[in-house]
Amino acid sequence: MPDPREELTEHIGSLRAFALSLTRNSATADDLVQETLVKAWTNIEKFESGTNMRAWLFTILRNTFYSLRRKRKREVEDADGTMGESLATKPDHDGRLNLRDFKVAFDQLPDTQREALVLVGAQGLAYDEAAEVCGVAVGTIKSRVGRARARLAELMHLSENETLEITDAVTVGVVGARPAA
Amino acid sequence: MTEQMTRKKINSRIAEEIDRNLRQAFDDMAEQPVPDRFTDLLAQLKAAESTRKGGGEKDA
Repeated sequence: MPDPREELTEHIGSLRAFALSLTRNSATADDLVQETLVKAWTNIEKFESGTNMRAWLFTILRNTFYSLRRKRKREVEDADGTMGESLATKPDHDGRLNLRDFKVAFDQLPDTQREALVLVGAQGLAYDEAAEVCGVAVGTIKSRVGRARARLAELMHLSENETLEITDAVTVGVVGARPAA
Repeated sequence: MTEQMTRKKINSRIAEEIDRNLRQAFDDMAEQPVPDRFTDLLAQLKAAESTRKGGGEKDA
């Protein structure tokens, strides 16, 4: 059986992107990735083979981030907007969204919503995987993602003149959770 | 109520557009070349382990 640690290299890019979205500081982000890799390497026996290694690594990274942040709250929150730099360097080819506006809006999201949207919307984790990474219920993740998208759309005025009844799966999930009177 | 109204305004096209932009930004970041510090780190961890295994079992 191959050593799952051989797979770690493949996830470094995703880990850096996730770390950057949490720390919003590239130096802090890479320190976080480094610590995550060391922890993953030394605790590899805790990884259940057959499960999503990226989700497992994200869990480690996120836990490390929040425990570090508790330790040195002010330092980590001194963000330099690296996420924004990265977004801003890219022309928005076919996308209608102005990336700078998008960045500004994205940065305004509450941490919990931003994180949920990053995991599900950007990193493509399943809701249950994202829920496990964040240590919350699946419904909580769905609701956070839904609110994050709604807030972004609102901040970017994406909803103007839209009177569509079609809702996305998340909204259906959230709205559908109401008692069916 | 306000929150629900906001939610209702989000249709699938907007959600997809948001996700697509986000995914693009993250893919661009994730595809950046891996800095040497990480490949070096993994190589060091690996080397340290094979030294432990190959060399005397002092901790066994």
